[in-house]
Amino acid sequence: MTYLTKPKFHHPDLPKNELGYTHRDYEGTVSTLCAGCGHDSITGAIIAACFELSIEPHRVAKISGIGCSSKTPTYFLGNSHGFNSVHGRMPSVLTGANLANRDLIYLGVSGDGDSASIGFGQFAHALRRAVNMVYIVENNGVYGLTKGQFSATADRGSKSKRGFVNTDNSIDLVAIALQLGASFVARSFSGDKQQLVPIIKAAIAHKGAAFIDIISPCVAFNNHAGSTKSFDFVREHNEAVNRLDYMSSRMPIEVTYEPGTVEVVEQHDGSKLTLRKLAADYEITDRTAALGFLQQHAAKGQIVTGLLYVEKGPQDLHAHLRTVEAPLNTLNEAELCPGQATLEAFNASLR
Amino acid sequence: MPTATPISRVNDFVVRFANVNGSGSASANELFARAVMRMGVPVAPRNIFPSNIQGLPTWYEVRISEAGHMGARGGTDLMVAMNPQTFERDIGSIEPGGYLFYDSTKTLPASKFRQDITVVGVPLTAICNREYSDARQRQLFKNIIYIGVLTALIDMDVKVVEQLIGEQYKGKDKLIAPNIKALHIGRDYATLNLDCPIGLRLKKSDKVGDRIFIEGNSAAALGAVYGGATVCAWYPITPSSSVADAFTRHCAKMRVDAKTGQAKYAIIQAEDELASIGMVIGAGWNGARAFTATSGPGISLMQEFIGLAYFAEIPAVLFDVQRAGPSTGMPTRTQQCDIISCAYASHGDTKHVLLFPEDPAEAFEFGAQAFDLADRLQTPIFVMLDLDIGMNHHLSKPLVWDDARQYDRGKVMTAEELEAGKDFGRYLDVDGDGIPYRTYPGTHPTKGSFFTRGTSRDRYARYTEEGAPYVDNMQRLIRKFDTAKDLVPRPLQANSAKPTKYGVIYYGSTAPAMDEAIHMIEAGGHALDRMRIRAFPFHSSVNSFVAGHDFVFVVEQNRDAQMRSLIVNECGIDPVRLVPILHYDGTPITARFIAKSIGDRLDALTVKSMKVVS
Repeated sequence: MTYLTKPKFHHPDLPKNELGYTHRDYEGTVSTLCAGCGHDSITGAIIAACFELSIEPHRVAKISGIGCSSKTPTYFLGNSHGFNSVHGRMPSVLTGANLANRDLIYLGVSGDGDSASIGFGQFAHALRRAVNMVYIVENNGVYGLTKGQFSATADRGSKSKRGFVNTDNSIDLVAIALQLGASFVARSFSGDKQQLVPIIKAAIAHKGAAFIDIISPCVAFNNHAGSTKSFDFVREHNEAVNRLDYMSSRMPIEVTYEPGTVEVVEQHDGSKLTLRKLAADYEITDRTAALGFLQQHAAKGQIVTGLLYVEKGPQDLHAHLRTVEAPLNTLNEAELCPGQATLEAFNASLR
Repeated sequence: MPTATPISRVNDFVVRFANVNGSGSASANELFARAVMRMGVPVAPRNIFPSNIQGLPTWYEVRISEAGHMGARGGTDLMVAMNPQTFERDIGSIEPGGYLFYDSTKTLPASKFRQDITVVGVPLTAICNREYSDARQRQLFKNIIYIGVLTALIDMDVKVVEQLIGEQYKGKDKLIAPNIKALHIGRDYATLNLDCPIGLRLKKSDKVGDRIFIEGNSAAALGAVYGGATVCAWYPITPSSSVADAFTRHCAKMRVDAKTGQAKYAIIQAEDELASIGMVIGAGWNGARAFTATSGPGISLMQEFIGLAYFAEIPAVLFDVQRAGPSTGMPTRTQQCDIISCAYASHGDTKHVLLFPEDPAEAFEFGAQAFDLADRLQTPIFVMLDLDIGMNHHLSKPLVWDDARQYDRGKVMTAEELEAGKDFGRYLDVDGDGIPYRTYPGTHPTKGSFFTRGTSRDRYARYTEEGAPYVDNMQRLIRKFDTAKDLVPRPLQANSAKPTKYGVIYYGSTAPAMDEAIHMIEAGGHALDRMRIRAFPFHSSVNSFVAGHDFVFVVEQNRDAQMRSLIVNECGIDPVRLVPILHYDGTPITARFIAKSIGDRLDALTVKSMKVVS
């Protein structure tokens, strides 16, 4: 249970990052999710990504909606402020928080019910607005906390644990994110940490709306034969387009690759995304091609994963609004209040 | 000759313009009202407009009152009837002895008019057709021509109008001369062909003083600028959209860094009201001062978030510009009908702080103060405007700001305090006022972080579903609400010169009509003590005011006597002692209505000695 705190002691030789923190410093309280839940693997991947990036834990704001996925921010980054807000409304809360202080890292954690059903509108508009954030959907195709109803990402024809067949078309959040102008779009699988951790790191470094759809099987309600979100199904149908190595701007690229098999994309902060191509023709800076590729493979029943699109030199909401460099929450009376002299001139213009 | 004596009054009458929406009449009518103000005569214009862009009827009512009565009066002394659609009912609304000014291009049978009014016909369409060849010009200048006619009819200073036209078109100078020409076409026609002036006349005065002419929404938005708001998230809805529009305009002038051109504010037009309040709450949680502006339907949509903000204790400011509901109701008509829905907004046990400004000056003052209250109390604050205050120009006291004033950012624990080892419990009541300390996200590497949630937690923000910590927290929230009683604007009381057993409670835009009605009630031989409520939760003086009188009238602009219910509920008062006086047809309440409604009831209570017949 969440009120049980983890013991603080740890092995003295645990590896430390540049800030002197071990990965334990990026953990939260003990998970209350079911044993084997895909979401816990994502929690682990977030912890690994933040540890490896040497992020000050308190410089991250974790914001979620309601649902199993939205509970997870309690389980990582215990020294960060977190906000478990309203069902489907994480994007607006995150947008407001981001406007107030542009200097923090915003990690939005949501689920498929939270983002594709009740919060579909807010999901869409936050991406449209280019809010600088990492928006993670822990996608299991099912409502876990209310015991197994289909969500809007459940594939048509897939079967629920109770045997019902879903007759509604599914929503592919990745395709929607691409269409709405998200500047970083990826899909991964909770069971593939090798793929997931670098994607999360790259998304954090990305200065714009970064969206990651993570297929995360629900062991309690959606891991049976007939489900298209089960561990077995996802492993069998996973079509990874690339393998990503994330290099911060401080790290020299030392790995050598076969010519023609690697694509290097430099991000705004100087960090480099080195992509080992698995699909020979995949071009990750071509939004239109990405959409086409997704749909062709979806028609074949394949789940395309990897870093699917990244925009070079994205602009975020603050750039669009031309806000000052200093976080708005640090401005004081002198900077915000125009004073009595201005008011007198204003009064005079209304007589 | 009319059968009633023509009204003869100086600086005390009502002119009503009946127009077709979208005909360009609004700026001409406003020019008229401004000219009255410039002549030093107090003026109160009110726009009665449809939910429409073009074609439906619209009225602009200008109350002119040397005595300074700025509420709606009711009745029309001079009707400027420019809309054939509403011609008959417009004539019907003229006071006996009043005046009708109409476009006489098309001859109307005598049966169309009343015998007890003075009819002034000017062939406006014919004049325009003769003077202008372009159809749009004919329409636009017709408006200025009728203003020209009016200047002669009521003996206005035409120089003042010319001056205003010059100011209005400053920067578009080539428009000045044609407008002044049109003004004189009308004025000259009237001087040559009509018996000028009529019985209603304007005389220069000095009763305006240093007052300004401003809409409440603009003043409220300026209050947000002065109060330090940096984030505005909103969704368009009449009659509140002009709050966000005005905030945008004010910020562009007052909040842009002179050197870099960068904005010290962020404004988002959200996808709906749920998103706008979500952004406000996200920004408030993260230490910025944030607000939204909306109306009743928006408040309904925001309910879940408002409950979260109450329970999670997040500062937020909501400007609710009320309109007639329910649902879309009458979106362009005024009411005070969101009192209950805001006071108890959301599911579960919730209570919220409401402020009730009476006019633009208070909309500015409360608009700024709301941000201090939100930070101090860590809770949503509602500034309860209405369409009458928000969208009409009011002659208002000038806005003032004390440059020595500091923002009250409330109880925020700093990195230094955390580092020094100060105990931090997010929901810990350290000094008995029910208000805990908070930290902004990102304050300290290892201390002071907490998890915000709508579900139950203990004093240190740790999740719990135990009953005792839940009750402990809910009790603290009530203590906090009690603390608010002494922080919010106090009610203002004015006692009658004569001792009386009767009182009246009123609030918001009812104030000017009440101020006038009290004279009428006193002239009827009655005495009444008055209290204007300016905030909820109620200060203890509200209880004592009711306790000190046998009966208290509660005047409001809604059907269900919502403020009365709130007083009964919160102060534990016997409902019999509070007599509702309700006006809710969508038009602003009038002094005549209040005086008659209260007067009739007081008459019934008054024991009159019977004349003994011998």
